[in-house]
Amino acid sequence: MEQASAAALPVILCVILLFGFFRGVDVFDAFLAGAKEGLRTTLGILPTLIGLMLAVAVVRDSGLLDILCGLARPLAEAVGVQPELLPLAVLRPISGSGSSAYTLSLLEEFGPDSGAGRMASVLAASTETTFYAITVYFGSCGIKKLSYSVPAGLLGDAAALAFTVLTVQLFS
Amino acid sequence: MINYIWFGMICAGVVCACVTGRLGELSAAVMGGAQGAVELSLSLLGSMCAWLGFLRIAEEGGLTALLARGFSPFIDRLFPEYRGDREIQGKICMNLSANFLGLGNAATPLGIAAMRAMQERSPHKDTPTKGMVLFVVFNTASIQLLPVNMAAMREACGSAQPFGILPEIWLTSLGALVVAVLFCKMMERRAPPPRPGPYNGTA
Repeated sequence: MEQASAAALPVILCVILLFGFFRGVDVFDAFLAGAKEGLRTTLGILPTLIGLMLAVAVVRDSGLLDILCGLARPLAEAVGVQPELLPLAVLRPISGSGSSAYTLSLLEEFGPDSGAGRMASVLAASTETTFYAITVYFGSCGIKKLSYSVPAGLLGDAAALAFTVLTVQLFS
Repeated sequence: MINYIWFGMICAGVVCACVTGRLGELSAAVMGGAQGAVELSLSLLGSMCAWLGFLRIAEEGGLTALLARGFSPFIDRLFPEYRGDREIQGKICMNLSANFLGLGNAATPLGIAAMRAMQERSPHKDTPTKGMVLFVVFNTASIQLLPVNMAAMREACGSAQPFGILPEIWLTSLGALVVAVLFCKMMERRAPPPRPGPYNGTA
């Protein structure tokens, strides 16, 4: 399976290149035009990224995140979820690197094939860093009103937690 | 909205640091977070330029239009605003395919390209269209054929079956996406097409 995944990128690149080349596209010129846009886009989202990551770091390092996770703990015990899993559910939409590190620590502590380890794996792999996606995507085109994107994204994350518990218990 | 979230995150963090006596960590966090963003952008810069370059080749060769036509039954239904707009549909397809194939480095640049194209067509400067919200929500979910990063992590921790949780991940990610998309479709029906302001109360 790793091989199949590793082959995806070269295959896609070949298809794009061959298709463009035989359709008579000036492939290198087209590439340069796109890459130039990439330069502008990256610079354009940098202020948004700085604002977001600074705020996430403040929430994490001030101890606020630990308090939030602590509040969620009794809730986890009430529904029969490993309490260690809940901090992951809180962390996952906010910080990608933070939740990866926490998932790794859970896998090491409980073992990747234990119930808690499987739940941590499923939850971490089935969700994305919701706030990062929302801020970067909207920030890249100057959108300031987020409409109902935040509740929709968080509802998806909550649903992922419920489905994680259900599927892991169902399949084990 | 983002105004309040950002303000709230920092204020609550500062208050919390005062109470817990972690002011030193707080100052380090502010500068560290900013620096981390610059480092991330630098590491993103290469893949951003490379993928937008390849995207341009795919567009000029007509490959994205072909992809858009192939997926149009699915895309038309989800994003009815962009029915028949092969450029936007093509960009949306490229982003969703990159996500599906687990090419995280490609998904962000392609997704931003799609957002910008949708924004160009939008009459509103600071309010997203329904399609833009739905597209972002797709990107807050994680639909992936082979979650290789997770498998690698599990293998590193000594798992006997790194890919043993594949059905659980497929069901969970798909279920979560369906819930989020249904919610969006419900909100789309409730709220009229974007006018500056009407979502303030709900978001």
